Amino acid sequence: MKLLVCVSKTPDTTTKITFNGDKTQLDTTGIQYIMNPYDEWYALVRAIELQEAEGGSVTIINVGGAENDSIIRKGLAIGADAAVRIDTESGSSLDVAKQIAAYAKDQGFDIVFFGKETIDYNGSEVGAMVAELLEMPFISYASKLEMNGDAATINRDIEGGTEVIEVATPFAVSAAKGMAEQRIPNMKGIMTAKRKPLEVLAPVATTDFTHVVSYEMPSAKSAVKLIDPENMDELVRLLSEEAKVL
Amino acid sequence: MVLVFAESVNGKFKKAAFEAVTYGYQTAQLMGLSCAALVLGKAADAGELGKYGAAKVHHLANDQLNNLDSQVYAAVIAAAVEQLGAQVVVLSHTSTGKSILGRLAVRLDAGSVPGANALPTYTDGVFAVSKPVFSGKAFAHIAITSPVKLVSIMGNSLPPAIVGDAVAVTPLEVPVPASRIKIISVSRIEGTTPLPEAELVVSAGRGMKGPENWGIIEELAKELGATTACSRPVSDVGWRPHHEHVGQTGITVRPNLYIAAGISGAIQHLAGVNSSKTIVVINKDPEAPFFKAADYGVVGDLFEVVPRLTEAIRKHKQHA
Repeated sequence: MKLLVCVSKTPDTTTKITFNGDKTQLDTTGIQYIMNPYDEWYALVRAIELQEAEGGSVTIINVGGAENDSIIRKGLAIGADAAVRIDTESGSSLDVAKQIAAYAKDQGFDIVFFGKETIDYNGSEVGAMVAELLEMPFISYASKLEMNGDAATINRDIEGGTEVIEVATPFAVSAAKGMAEQRIPNMKGIMTAKRKPLEVLAPVATTDFTHVVSYEMPSAKSAVKLIDPENMDELVRLLSEEAKVL
Repeated sequence: MVLVFAESVNGKFKKAAFEAVTYGYQTAQLMGLSCAALVLGKAADAGELGKYGAAKVHHLANDQLNNLDSQVYAAVIAAAVEQLGAQVVVLSHTSTGKSILGRLAVRLDAGSVPGANALPTYTDGVFAVSKPVFSGKAFAHIAITSPVKLVSIMGNSLPPAIVGDAVAVTPLEVPVPASRIKIISVSRIEGTTPLPEAELVVSAGRGMKGPENWGIIEELAKELGATTACSRPVSDVGWRPHHEHVGQTGITVRPNLYIAAGISGAIQHLAGVNSSKTIVVINKDPEAPFFKAADYGVVGDLFEVVPRLTEAIRKHKQHA
């Protein structure tokens, strides 16, 4: 099976977010970047597991500049066979999707994997966009994926429940918690990753229909009101009369 | 026209659908447009959406649309948008809406904002809408410049409001392509509100010391009619199911009331809860970082405080 895993770079989960003076750009000073956890822990690892079980290859694709290569190399160290980076600073989800689709359309991938969302933009839309561009079925929020010949049985998380879906390759899927377990790259993986191919391709031209006007921080909370642990009637009174949530 | 895709589950509308129509109606008012709703598959009382501001309700009652196939839904919704001449399309930011939004953006070659948390602004012809980013650590105000604008809205972003009467349902005729997926089964946990939609949430963490102690959390949740949640460490060790994990790599919640017991408040957990309207933190450690994000704090032993709170709520309900 020929598998493609789309990976993003995001600030580490412990990052304190601040913006520049006119609040139009993230202040990147001191930010540690990681591979988006859903892409790494679930999408990539499940793709590698399938490759180990059924043969074939796992290719990683990332849309971004050369600074993303360290994240891509980590993916190769975890076990992907090859990587592609589309060399552009993307301005929108639609652009990212069009870059991925332009590369993937003639490659004959059986499954295109995504994480369920990135932890920075939280858009959850690139997977659906690529699926539409490649005219593939798309199963989102998959917490389990088993292959049976060229068909897959997938558990899809829905609000308060699960759907079980059967779909034949080729298809696109976005991975949620449960799909696989995080893998830490070992020394051999890290050494071989350096020799695996990382192809850098020029972007295709696209038009952006969205742009960030400004960023805002959540309004600051007023100081916490401490309640006597012996007096929960008082807490209930405040929740009812002051906060009006009961 | 603002066209709202109103989701139904087993033929019934959920709160998300009424919120979406209210959002569509208020957006239409802002832009001087009319608001219409689009209903797919089995749906009883589709005309009820008129009460929330839909001047027209278009219904395509095809059994193939009873369950989601994002490819089929997107084809049908895009055809409806073109047939009806919609300028703004509103979806719910649910597992369904999120699976369709990106496809619509491609089909309609349109800009989209996924997971808006407030009504758009419309000044000098510029349409812009805000959404949480960095998993709730900040908000981005995003302008859409394409002729058709696509927005999916987060649950609990605005309360559904009744503004009129039910309307007659107009049958919609657009081609429904064949599905390439097969839905084997759909199971839903009955009786509890799913976390992303919950208005009241009771959450607990490592301070519970073990899964066998969760009874007091469940009792509090039951007394409140709340949904239970947990922190990541607790779901990682299997004390609680994955679908209860709230935080940056789990579920983002935005309830009216979030009660956290025995959760220290790591930045990743706060990211998933800081859109909550009111936060109550119960922790024996007065230095727990969660107190900084809380509206009300109780410094004490949760094994004593939580049952006391349950009892206080029981008394409150009897008096009310």
